[in-house]
Amino acid sequence: MLEITNLHAGAEGVEILKGINLTVNAGEVHAIMGPNGSGKSTLAQVLAGREDYQVTEGTVRYEGKDLLEMEPEERALAGLFMAFQYPVEIPGVTNAYFLRVAYNALRKSRGLEEVDPLDFMDLIDEKLKTVEWSADILERQVNAGMSGGEKKRNEILQMAVLEPKLAVLDETDSGLDIDALKIVAQGVNNMRRPDNALLVITHYQRLLNYIVPDYVHVLVDGRIVKSGGKELALELEAQGYEWVQEAGAAS
Amino acid sequence: MSGSSIDEFVDREYQWGFVTDIESDVIPPGLSEDIIRLISSKKDEPEWLLEWRLKAYRGWLKMTEPHWAHVHYDPIDYNDMIYYAAPKTVKPLGSLDEVDPKLLETYEKLGIPLAEQKRLTGVAVDAIFDSVSVATTYKETLAKEGVTFCSFSEAVKEHPEIVRKYLGSVVPHSDNFFAALNAAVFSDGSFVFIPKGVRCPMELSTYFRINAANTGQFERTLIIAEEGASVSYLEGCTAPMRDENQLHAAVVELIALDDATIKYSTVQNWYSGDENGVGGVYNFVTKRGKCAGVNSRITWTQVETGSAITWKYPSVILQGDNSVGEFYSVAVVNRYQQADTGTKMIHIGKNTRSTIISKGISAGHGNNSYRGLVKVLPKAEGARNYTQCDSMLIGNECGAHTFPYIDIQNDTTSMEHEASTRKIGEDQIFYCKQRGMTTEDAISLIVNGFAKEVFQYLPMEFAVEAQNLLGITLEGSVG
Ligand SMILES: Nc1ncnc2c1ncn2[C@@H]1O[C@H](COP(=O)(O)OP(=O)(O)O)[C@@H](O)[C@H]1O
Ligand SMILES: [Mg+2]
Repeated sequence: MLEITNLHAGAEGVEILKGINLTVNAGEVHAIMGPNGSGKSTLAQVLAGREDYQVTEGTVRYEGKDLLEMEPEERALAGLFMAFQYPVEIPGVTNAYFLRVAYNALRKSRGLEEVDPLDFMDLIDEKLKTVEWSADILERQVNAGMSGGEKKRNEILQMAVLEPKLAVLDETDSGLDIDALKIVAQGVNNMRRPDNALLVITHYQRLLNYIVPDYVHVLVDGRIVKSGGKELALELEAQGYEWVQEAGAAS
Repeated sequence: MSGSSIDEFVDREYQWGFVTDIESDVIPPGLSEDIIRLISSKKDEPEWLLEWRLKAYRGWLKMTEPHWAHVHYDPIDYNDMIYYAAPKTVKPLGSLDEVDPKLLETYEKLGIPLAEQKRLTGVAVDAIFDSVSVATTYKETLAKEGVTFCSFSEAVKEHPEIVRKYLGSVVPHSDNFFAALNAAVFSDGSFVFIPKGVRCPMELSTYFRINAANTGQFERTLIIAEEGASVSYLEGCTAPMRDENQLHAAVVELIALDDATIKYSTVQNWYSGDENGVGGVYNFVTKRGKCAGVNSRITWTQVETGSAITWKYPSVILQGDNSVGEFYSVAVVNRYQQADTGTKMIHIGKNTRSTIISKGISAGHGNNSYRGLVKVLPKAEGARNYTQCDSMLIGNECGAHTFPYIDIQNDTTSMEHEASTRKIGEDQIFYCKQRGMTTEDAISLIVNGFAKEVFQYLPMEFAVEAQNLLGITLEGSVG
């Protein structure tokens, strides 16, 4: 599904990603862990097509296509979703409207008819259950005036509506209390299918208790220094990042 | 975000720029007492009105064009302009069946069908083409309710005593340079009279169209709501794309007596000039309402998307005790457009209240200024004002400015003022794109969210049109 080969990328002339190699197949959950500033968000943003970052080397193939050649919205319409570490506020626009515009953009790209507000309400009812939210949230503004936790949950609501093939969750756990974390993780787990995949970026192991990964990769200073199974996350939690940093330096 | 996609957004074609090929009765260019007499005689006007025009003209000759607004343009040659142009086929007071099919076609193309079987339901339209009114729909239906809705020329003939009583009572011909010019040469406009206790049963609207080249449009609108009456009125405007600038200097006067309500909305979409700032309409307009009676209310709502230069301050004189004045505005400038717009709220009566919400959106090389005055006179005990001015910038070449003036002469006044300026965020656009939207849709969505507070005050039928004008496809629902 996703094949990243020797990816180098940076911003403002500074290299941040220094040769990433990663393959994600359908049905898999990959976790990317790493200390602050190691380049986790940069990787997510490069995958989503943020123009602030320049790719200087390497390739990314997604579903057989050259991902880096695609516009951000083309990537989204091709099923790539990113849950933002810092969801963006859009004052004056309701969640309901935003979700419907996004949903209809997707339908249009597939040659389907757009849904009207009433039909959309039926559809969204189901999706609200995924994140255990009531319909009140639909009349709120997109992220504006929401708490940190609400914003993260809102990202997952969007994900539920758009049903992506590959979802990149950038620190979706930060800012969530334990109850909200469980709800969000449950929601994400319910969306898992054999034909979709998850890239879960997190600083802490906590989330991975609930969204159990098939693979864990440790990102340090723009490189994946260690990969392993889900137990790697526990080891990291116990020993800290210095341990892999040293291991990375030694290898 | 890429600069080019934003440029594409702001540079969308002006769809209303076509010219109707119709034979016109055009008078020679230039301005003189003879020209004014000619206009007056063409309209078969009573002597008092001609005298009023001439007085205005003589006053105007002594005035100088004001230049305090934050706008720039080459000097206007008032002697090079045509002050009257009318389609030859328009018969005075003709019925709708007699309207030239070419004119009907023009309005249909503009989305304002006038023909009986097609016309908008629930909205009565007065269609003004260059200097004259070509048709007014639903006139009879309204007349049954006691509502008068007709062209200004017709009102002068049919209701001279009302016109004479109120004409110039809110905006005297000596008020300012452009108001004086308008008083001297105005050719037509709309007239609305809602008698005591009547709530006007439908939206009234005037659609202004400038067609003839090198011609100014000087219309005058007069709306009177008697005791306990209420009315909602909307004006829309478009013009062909022409390389030379055209002047539109209108005057609007509103009078609300005791307990009366007037809601006046504008969707202004005059041609704004091309991508290099060539051509476009100079929209220099004086609009003022008088809350003459107690508990009266006047609401101005405007969506200003067109014109090369917009220069207007729809204002309210709050004379009656407990009267309310409101101003809700969205002004959008792109390319080389300039807008200097805002309001004046003059508190005279006790417990008068005013609300000002202004949303300025600047893109391209556009320049947008909010200019507003809140004045509270010594006797206006307990006056209250709330002002909110927000600006949004799209791109790096545009400008936003606010000039709030406050003159408080009564210490029981309560005032609240909020202002904000923000750039449309690249992060916002990227966020929307990550959810599958195009840059264009993203900007529409964000801008619409920004302006929504004002749109909600537009009549339902026009809120959607206004949103579309901002490049927003809302698919029938205000999100
Ligand atoms: N747009 C940018 N411009 C310049 N430097 C950036 C930019 N984005 C990230 N960086 C830098 O790149 C490094 C990695 O950042 P980031 O990917 O956000 O790390 P993480 O998500 O792992 O905490 C940091 O040193 C950060 O300051
Ligand atoms: Mg990060």
